[in-house]
Amino acid sequence: MSYISISDKDKKEMLARTGAASVDDLFCCIPEAVRFKKPLDLPAAKSELELVRAIGAVGGKNTYGGHLSFLGGGAYDHFIPTVVDYLSSRGEFVSPYTPYQPEVSQGTLQLVFEFQTLICQLTGLDIANDSLYDGSTGAAEGVLMAHRITNRNKVLLARSLHPQYREVVRTYIKNLGIEAVEIGFGPDGRLDPAELGRALDDKTAAVVYQSPNFFGVVEDVKALSDAAHGAKALSVAVVAEALSLALLESPGKLGADIVTGEAQSFGIPVSFGGPYLGFMACKKEFLRQMPGRITGQTVDKDGRRGFVLTLSTREQHIRRERATSNICTNQALCALRATIFMETLGKQGLREMAWQNAQKAAYAADKLGAVRGVKMKFAGPVFNEFVVEVPKPWASVDAALRGQGIVAGYGLAAEYPGIGDAAVVCVTELRTKDEVDRLARTLEEVLS
Amino acid sequence: MIKEIREPLIFEISESGKRASELPTLDVPARKDLLAGVPLRREIEDFPEVSETEITRHFTRLSQKNYCVDMGIYPLGSCTMKYNPKINERLAAHPAFVASHPLAPADLVQGSLEVLKKLEGCLCEIAGMDAFTLQPAAGAHGELTGMMLIRAALEARGDARKYVLIPDSAHGTNPSSAHICGYAVKEVKSNEKGTIDLLALEQEMTGEVAALMVTNPNTLGVFESDICRIAEIVHAKGGFVYMDGANMNALTGIVRPGDMGIDVMHINLHKTFSTPHGGGGPGSGPVGIMKELVPFLPVPLIAEKDGRYALDFDRPASIGRVRAYFGNFAVIVRALCYILTLGPKGIREIAEFAVLNANYIRKSLEGVYDLKYTTASMHECVFSDKIQKAFGVTNLDISKRLIDYGMHPPTMSFPLIVHGALMIEPTETESRRDLDMFIDAMKAIATEAKENPDILRSAPHVTYVSRLDEVAAAKFPILRWEKKA
Repeated sequence: MSYISISDKDKKEMLARTGAASVDDLFCCIPEAVRFKKPLDLPAAKSELELVRAIGAVGGKNTYGGHLSFLGGGAYDHFIPTVVDYLSSRGEFVSPYTPYQPEVSQGTLQLVFEFQTLICQLTGLDIANDSLYDGSTGAAEGVLMAHRITNRNKVLLARSLHPQYREVVRTYIKNLGIEAVEIGFGPDGRLDPAELGRALDDKTAAVVYQSPNFFGVVEDVKALSDAAHGAKALSVAVVAEALSLALLESPGKLGADIVTGEAQSFGIPVSFGGPYLGFMACKKEFLRQMPGRITGQTVDKDGRRGFVLTLSTREQHIRRERATSNICTNQALCALRATIFMETLGKQGLREMAWQNAQKAAYAADKLGAVRGVKMKFAGPVFNEFVVEVPKPWASVDAALRGQGIVAGYGLAAEYPGIGDAAVVCVTELRTKDEVDRLARTLEEVLS
Repeated sequence: MIKEIREPLIFEISESGKRASELPTLDVPARKDLLAGVPLRREIEDFPEVSETEITRHFTRLSQKNYCVDMGIYPLGSCTMKYNPKINERLAAHPAFVASHPLAPADLVQGSLEVLKKLEGCLCEIAGMDAFTLQPAAGAHGELTGMMLIRAALEARGDARKYVLIPDSAHGTNPSSAHICGYAVKEVKSNEKGTIDLLALEQEMTGEVAALMVTNPNTLGVFESDICRIAEIVHAKGGFVYMDGANMNALTGIVRPGDMGIDVMHINLHKTFSTPHGGGGPGSGPVGIMKELVPFLPVPLIAEKDGRYALDFDRPASIGRVRAYFGNFAVIVRALCYILTLGPKGIREIAEFAVLNANYIRKSLEGVYDLKYTTASMHECVFSDKIQKAFGVTNLDISKRLIDYGMHPPTMSFPLIVHGALMIEPTETESRRDLDMFIDAMKAIATEAKENPDILRSAPHVTYVSRLDEVAAAKFPILRWEKKA
């Protein structure tokens, strides 16, 4: 199958107009010696029907979907109203480029303006950008931004920040002379305030923590922000479960200077890790240091309201190596999905969803905690995830549960050595009471 | 559609108590002491409340204010706005893929891992590279990853070096990516043909230079014919050649970067491999490398043994992760579908027709618009407004007028080495009819520039909004809606 729209007759005539004797002639500027003269060693072209069968067969090798799953850890399975798929599939949203020509891009620009507003409302901060790649690169951009603002070279990273986010931060800062110091957690699962106090100094650019953290525990954002500010460092909150913002007091109100994170929960399927939706919001005094695209409201020459990409002197295409970030293409279509999702759930619906998550997680924690030998690892308050500790090796418990068709959680031993036989369990609004009861029952059987 | 329809912001039509979605009633006992001691919000202040009808109309109307590839030619230079096949959308949304969790045990997601491995293999063949990582989420992210790989390889040799050379025609992400990687940027001047000046390169290429970042074909749409010599010069001083693959659409099946001395490159799946741009993303920027750099690839790698796939984290020299999980997976599925659909001949036809179409436009408009560099064009050609300037008309005016003719404008004011640039990339999927419509419109506009320049300066005339005040937008930023006090 081919998507070429030019007939053989047109091809001949067009070649004639270019003056080239043949198609090969068009490539005369490529040295003969390096030209590739064989056919590429790729599978033979497929018709649509053959493609559907081939890809269907590959997809069929994924057996995860047949399991009852309680996986979270930065990727959350939430209800997605039908209008999200329906409206976001429109070609007018799917197939334009970045809105460089505002007069023919008002649809994208207005919806991104709405997205920025919604993110500000949820985070409790003044301004938000159009999106970043995902939560992990959002955390990295947050660190670089704090470094630019404070001109300091040390960041304190909570060990309870998503392990993969921490790795990405380390990869990003490695060549920039920024040092990362990890701060551990206490028995409540929250960042250890004493250790934080010892590490904070006049070289610290930011305290970077996740709330709810990787263990599902809600951090004391106010205390962390106060501590950071006490050392004239910034408070950078990372939110990997954006839905929590609908129920918990906003990090901005509690003192966070920058809130960045992952909004996959807003209408974007888990889809094996991407594409997702990084977001970032901050106080308005940091506007000039914000990475990524920003959309602003203006008027046309007839006085009508319109929207444009703005403040682009921060960006790579103007400022080149002095830009606030190298980001160019972002996650606009994911921001569209999130915008439709947030506006569809609305003021009541989003809060209701968040509340149900917290209720169901609390129920599940009680149920699992009642299973003989199972303990809640941390005492701190949780949103929709919590860490269970089991009295047998987690790998064997996990395997036995999988044998019963259940993926119960994400084992922590590899990334948190010394934490014991512990796993983080996530319960969203999609899990029913019966499913949670089944998990508890099966866990009991597996452990007995 | 009716031009005067104004679509309010969703916040402006919000009314207390309306909703467009409901969940089932909570099926577990509700606890009163939920999250005790944690500050909770009373409400999300001013968050919208609308019905499903209103949501549907809001976004349908907004969509109608966008121009898109599904409507017509979108000749944005260096952006490769080709047709996005619809079957790829459907297969990327296959339930087996969208429901798979990135932290699921590898045994349960063999199909997803196979997709990643298969695309890696196809890209290696098409680019002539030894390995690919699919983790980078976009082109600029790929550049950063590629430069980190180069730095890691140089550090392993004992000296990370200080500088990166970048031609003056390069895209802005190149210097920015090099900078985040800890390198200072030195610009290499282009010669009168618009290509890298070999003498300038030889002078600049010292033992302190880590790499040359080159876009080939470059942003003028010109192939760097001396690429092999360029690579020799860089390699002779122990440096690496990084290729920005944004313009790979000109090369598929014709020449492979790996065969012309490129050590590291990225490919934009959202350009060459037809995944839609989505109004600015998501993209995907896989990075291809030659053998020496393999030890430094981001973790995890996907290892295959007897048709089973596993994740390999045991990579002590790895630069680490550049993104959580595995990259923009659903974009990767689309690109694989595209390659499987086209097959070897179809992949070669991408470049053949992309270059034919661009040259057809170039020949048709030469003389009508000024062409600063007359070197042979590949997949795009860069005109300028030099002729029209005489009538007080700029590339901006020409672009805005093109909107009145029902088409998207070319890329403007880039590359920086062509003043008043109009950078035109039609791609291979346009029909002759669409190309002719574009050519005719450009000719008509050139005539108007002479006879009625005001109609250009006041364009566009057919859109929901006329020219927008971008200066005011930046000077007095309004970046969110706020309730009127």
